[in-house]
Amino acid sequence: MSLTDSEQGAALGPGAFAPRPGAAPMARMVLAQTAAEVYSTLRNGEQLLLTLVIPLLLLAGLSRTSLVSLGSGPAIDLVAPGVLALAVLSTAFTSQAIATGFERRYGVLKALGATPLSRFGLIAAKSLAVLAVEVGQVALIVGVGYALGWRPVGSWPAAVLLLLLGTLCFSALGLLIAGVLRAEATLAAANAIYVLLLVGGATVVPLDKLPAALAGGVRLLPSAALGEGLRTVLHAGGGLFDVLGPLAVLLVWGVVAVAVAARTFRWE
Amino acid sequence: MAPTLTGVSGFAVEVEDLHVRFGTVRAVDGVSVQFPAAGVCAVLGPNGAGKTTLIETCEGYRRPHRGRVRVLGRDPVADARELRPRVGVMLQEGGVWPALAAGPALHRVARFYRDPLPVDSLMERLGLSRLGGRTFRRMSGGEKQRVKLAAAIIGRPELVFLDEPTAGMDPQARLAVWDLIRQLRDDGVSVVLTTHLMDEAEQLADEVVIVDRGRVVATGSPSGLTSRYDEVLTFRASAGLDTALLQAALPDGCVVVEDPPGSYRVEGTVDPALLAAVAAWCAEHGVLATALTTGRRSLEDVFLDLTGRALR
Repeated sequence: MSLTDSEQGAALGPGAFAPRPGAAPMARMVLAQTAAEVYSTLRNGEQLLLTLVIPLLLLAGLSRTSLVSLGSGPAIDLVAPGVLALAVLSTAFTSQAIATGFERRYGVLKALGATPLSRFGLIAAKSLAVLAVEVGQVALIVGVGYALGWRPVGSWPAAVLLLLLGTLCFSALGLLIAGVLRAEATLAAANAIYVLLLVGGATVVPLDKLPAALAGGVRLLPSAALGEGLRTVLHAGGGLFDVLGPLAVLLVWGVVAVAVAARTFRWE
Repeated sequence: MAPTLTGVSGFAVEVEDLHVRFGTVRAVDGVSVQFPAAGVCAVLGPNGAGKTTLIETCEGYRRPHRGRVRVLGRDPVADARELRPRVGVMLQEGGVWPALAAGPALHRVARFYRDPLPVDSLMERLGLSRLGGRTFRRMSGGEKQRVKLAAAIIGRPELVFLDEPTAGMDPQARLAVWDLIRQLRDDGVSVVLTTHLMDEAEQLADEVVIVDRGRVVATGSPSGLTSRYDEVLTFRASAGLDTALLQAALPDGCVVVEDPPGSYRVEGTVDPALLAAVAAWCAEHGVLATALTTGRRSLEDVFLDLTGRALR
């Protein structure tokens, strides 16, 4: 393939490349990267499946079925808080781990390291992107839930705090995996952990429906802390002081995961 | 023209006694070089010579185990925040999200700079406009290289590091990129590139640094490097001629070498008398010399002499 004269000649004549360096303002860089991350997530079919399709299918399916007995009251009241927990797990953990793993594999993280966007700026952008996608997920799940008859009770501030701390915790765990494993291994592990925690991690299925032998250990997983915490608030009408236990579990997992990820993360 | 804000020394890059190791491998083993500002410097060397490690240390990706690196007068690791807007980087491998087309990929990078080059003009200049929505994944090697090159210069840097910028390009694209690199220099940008193409170094570079096994084996301008050696006369004949005998028959100061077998090189003052003397000696000994040429040694000859001919 050759370049025609018009293509070569028309643009950027003598002096056009004279140095005029300078970084954009930090806030603009972070917002630009946030938009880029959100765009990439929404364009990716598999990630949409994990973050939107599966949670909404579970919400609609489990609230209509009597296959699983979930206790007294309308099933949707017990299912919806768990689906919110699953939304956080899918976006902050699975989707972020997979995207970051492949960004490293394709040298995108390395190339970003040469731009004016600092590592702090990149992490800020990734966090904002996760939060932005979650806001969309929560809006959709709450909207569909209402349409299906969900009438949540309890303290919304407590629920939001659980969601935020859960996001921090699962983001750090996702980056921990992506920073250590190869991209394909990250893909496999992040998906497998998603399914395991969905089924047996007390995310959607309440802890007291799990075999007693499992429940004691599962209780200490971040998925259980988030799922049980949200059910305590939104289903049982609890407030902040009723979920101090789950908040503490999320905090400990989060702090440990951040510390390990910061030490082990490889950018290339 | 905007002033070029280089280090006080006038060098874009200064490397002093640099050592970089990976485990026990000494990728860079005591390198000292200076790359001039507002010029094109080519780092040449065989695969595995340490070119990329040297460049990536200047880019701040690697920390020296020993020695000192200054880029635009600053420390590439400690002063990264200040240097990143001023230095453009084109990596040898990857760097672009494969699902993006050239336009969106370049817009993403442009938004990090205060006053980026216009994306459309840059794409037009590099022949990327015609690719339309083709994603990076589906581009040819040369097209990918041009996207990465555009990303490296979009922030109007003072200095660019280009790691094998024309790898995988067809001749037309290569000429277009050479033309762009010359304009960068003329516009006051310092360019450091790695290559293993001799003609690329000869065409573009003001300064050539030849690296082998983690060390600098030669530096100088392309013409300086080639003229440092005497002119040569080369010919081919059957292997195993007595070179000492031939040398004795030639004017004083001539040196005859057979390398590889069957290829003979006579170094010295190449003039009609030398040519006649070689021809006479061959006639006398019943040797038919073929491919007899005279001239200055090419950069490739210099390179192969310095780094060896054996495949590795």
